[in-house]
Formats: sequence, C-alpha cells, structure tokens
Amino acid sequence: MVKLPIYMDNQATTPLDQRVLDAMMPYFHEKFGNAASRNHSFGWAAEEGVDKARHQIAALINAKPKEIIYTSGATESDNLAIKGVVEFYKDKGNHVITCVTEHKAVLDSCKALERAGKATVTYLRVDKDGLVDLDDLRKAITDKTVLITIMYANNEIGTIHPIAEIGKIAKEKGIVFHCDATQGVGKVPVDVEASGIDLLSLSAHKIYGPKGIGALYVRSKSPRVRLSPIIDGGGHERGMRSGTLNVPGIVGLGEACEISGREMQTEGARLIDLRNKLQAGLFERLDEVYINGHPTQRLPGNLNVSFAYVEGESLLMGIHDIAVSSGSACTSATLEPSYVIRALGTDEELAHSSIRFGLGRFNTEEEVDFVADRVVKEVKRLRDMSPLYEMAKEGIDLKSVEWRRD
Amino acid sequence: MAYSDKVIDHYTNPRNVGSFAKDEPNVGTGIVGAPECGDVMKLQLKISDDGIIEDARFKTFGCGSAIASSSYVTELVKGKRLEEAIAIKNTSIVKELNLPPVKIHCSVLAEDAIKAAISDWQKRKGGATEASDESKKSGAKS
Repeated sequence: MVKLPIYMDNQATTPLDQRVLDAMMPYFHEKFGNAASRNHSFGWAAEEGVDKARHQIAALINAKPKEIIYTSGATESDNLAIKGVVEFYKDKGNHVITCVTEHKAVLDSCKALERAGKATVTYLRVDKDGLVDLDDLRKAITDKTVLITIMYANNEIGTIHPIAEIGKIAKEKGIVFHCDATQGVGKVPVDVEASGIDLLSLSAHKIYGPKGIGALYVRSKSPRVRLSPIIDGGGHERGMRSGTLNVPGIVGLGEACEISGREMQTEGARLIDLRNKLQAGLFERLDEVYINGHPTQRLPGNLNVSFAYVEGESLLMGIHDIAVSSGSACTSATLEPSYVIRALGTDEELAHSSIRFGLGRFNTEEEVDFVADRVVKEVKRLRDMSPLYEMAKEGIDLKSVEWRRD
Repeated sequence: MAYSDKVIDHYTNPRNVGSFAKDEPNVGTGIVGAPECGDVMKLQLKISDDGIIEDARFKTFGCGSAIASSSYVTELVKGKRLEEAIAIKNTSIVKELNLPPVKIHCSVLAEDAIKAAISDWQKRKGGATEASDESKKSGAKS
C-alpha cells in the first residue's frame, strides 16, 4: 500500500535529500564561521565548504569554479543576469530578446527594465510544443541587442529548447546569452561550453537541495561577461553579489549537484519509464486527454496533461491526497489560466483543464499506479458531472455555442 | 486554499446531478458561464403549471466551489415558488458554503443559472417553439 499523501509536484520544489542534509549539518554547528573571515580557522573551515561546493557545481555544468556566483536562488540569479547585463552594457545597446513562456522571474525582470526605460524587449512566440523558432530569434536580433535570455527547460510543460543552437546564434552575433536552467540542471546534461551559455541560473531546491540558495554562472573567458551588481555591500563573490555567504545552503547546493550529476543517467531513465507508465495509465483509459509540451524533447520527470471537459482545480480537489499542480485559473491569484499553456495556442478551456505531474527521485512505480487509478476515476466522475462533456457527446460543437459570459 | 466542510461535502456527494430528458415538458434549462472562463453551469428546473419548482438537476464544469454552489442551489430551489426562487441572492450561497472572496463569482453564476432556467421555462410555456428549438441546439442561449 502506498503512503499518503503522495508528492508528485517536483517541478515546484523537491524534498531535501538526506545525504544533502548530512553534508549541511556541520555547517550549522561547529563550522559556523563566516567564509569571509580570512584570519581564523572558523572562517577557513567555512571557506573550505564554500570552495568545495563551487567545484561541485562547476563540474555539473562544465564550468570553472570561479565562474560560480552564489545567490539566494534562481529568481535572484535571473534578476542579476538580466538587469546586470543591461546596466553594464548600456553603452553598447538596450535590446533584450526573451520568450513568452519564460518564468516570471525573467519576464518580470524584462518588464521592469522596459518600465524604467532601460531596455526594449522582444518576446518570442513558441510553437504548439512550446519551442522557440530559431529563425524568429535571428530576425529579432538588432545591432542594439545586448542579451538573449531563453530558459533551458520549461517549468510547466517540460519542453527543452534547442539551447546549443541558440548559443551558437548568440556567439555569431556577439550577444550575451543567459539561460535560466533551473529545471534543466541536474536533470539533463547541461554544458555551458558545448551550448555557448554565458550566464546560467540554477537553484538548489529543484534538485533535492535546500531552499534559499542558488547560483549564477558567469562566463570568465571568450568572452568575459561583465555585470553590474544589483545588491551592493562588502564586495563578496567578485563584487557581483555582496552579502555574507549562506554557508550551509551553499554546501547543500554543492552536494545536491554532485549527487544529481552522479545519478543523472540512471535516474533520468527511471523517470522516463515512470512517466511513460503514468501517461499510458491515463491515455489508455480516458478519451480526450492531451499532452501539453513537446512529446519527447522534454524533462524526464514532467508530464503535463489536459483532461478535456474537467476543470483543473476541481480535479485537484478530487485527488486531494496527491500533490500535483494545475494551470487552472482557480488555482492562481490572478484568475487567469496558465500563460504558458495559452502560449501554445491551446484552447482556453483546455488550459483550465491542465494538470502538471512532476515526478522525482522519491516517487515509486506503486505511486504512479495509484495516481493513474485515482486520476482516471476522478476524471470519469467529474465528466459525468460536466455539461461540456455531455454536450460534446451529443455532437454539439462547443465552439459554435454562444456562451453567456458574466 | 482550504475548502469549507460544506463545499467538500457538496463536491464529494453532489445533490441532484444529471439531466432531465430533452423532451420532458415543464423543464426550464439555464446554461451560464463559458468554457474559456473555466466555469459552465447547467441548471434544469422542473416547474409545475402553478409555478412550483418540483425538481432540479445540475451539471457543472468548474472548480469545487462552482460544483458546490450549483449542487446547493438544486436543494435550495426545490419546493419554492418561482418568485421565491428568482429572489434568491448569491449572498445566501456564499453564506451557506462559506465561500472565500475569490470564489464569490461561483455563487453569482449559480444565481444567474436559476434566473436563466426560469426564463427558459417561461419562454417555452409561452408557446415559443422557436425558443425551445434554439435551446436544444445551443443551450446557452435563453
């Protein structure tokens, strides 16, 4: 029997791996020193932990340890990369290219720059699978373009962009390329050299590390990328991010990177098997279910599905002992359905009907079977209650109906 | 978001789910909301010639609060006279189900559904065959 509740929302966050916690513990107690204290052993012990983590993180993305800048998480990394580049290169240009399905940390950083009159921003569309068009990207580039910021893999639909191709285009044009790789790092092989990435955001809590710690990779050579800091102070992290280092968090991030790198191949294959099993369990027993995102070019642990004629939040309520997330408006503060799923050109109704299953390191085959059974049962129950399902079964084209809106 | 016990009860054990037969006389159908807004309620009322609501059915596409609001409304209107049913305000649904502010629109929709179903019944009663044909083809019009 599976243990309830089941956590299957691993793109939102992940539980801390016990091995990561074990590595962190000494840094809360005997190794509590400030890593910036250069004149005593407490500081040296902390610095040693910070340096080891820098090596562990760099190894995972094929970077050099000194290119890793610690931050409070991927949101800060995105802010620092985007605002820092635009500010530093303001004499060179003021145009930024991003994509409509980026995380809010990227989109809102761009919008803040637009509002402040510091940048003009091009938001690239995506196709039905969530991919950017490389020709669109090429066409969007102007002689004022200073930054391209495109995510590695999408947090909602799991689609993995053609990052190496984007990096190549950026290189040809001499434009800085920032990649928010929060969802990709530790899940799929990420290589800043092979992909021509100049700046890369990552976060610990998506890879079984602690919350509140992340990093920004900043390329040091060919080209050396410069940034204006957004937090001023004691000049930590080569002046790019002041503030006393979160040593236990950093040690945890390092350990989380090392474990996910070591286990990536076997864990990735295991997650793809689980995902296929979950997908089959749903698709073989239900009609009118649709995948959101790319069918194959996607994160191993991500399955985003729309169950037509069933509203997402009501489905979540029915499977309340299973933690997944929905693109339904009713689960968000804005009462708007997911902007990512709408960007795919999906009907609004299907956006309201979307559920994201986020499989992770601690999910089991038994859990997948249980989740598939529960979801199928609940979708059937809600469809029996759905006027839309009834109308569709009667052959009424829902698009031809003149709905009474508020 | 935490749901009230009453919302959970109506969601788990919805009252009067279903549809009356298409050709059943004395039935008024109200369909309100729109799929792209994430809420569609269909409320059917069986109304006697002297204007008493004898029975009710609903089907709802929407969040748990929308389902609960429509389920509750089917219980609320049964046995009521038309003028009493028309007078039902969304605030009494909010109160009964303890709906939070973001879910008030669910109760508004349920109130609209009552009015739409009664209006449909009145049209059909008035012998307007056109209206009943229309409601078969495109139920949302009323």
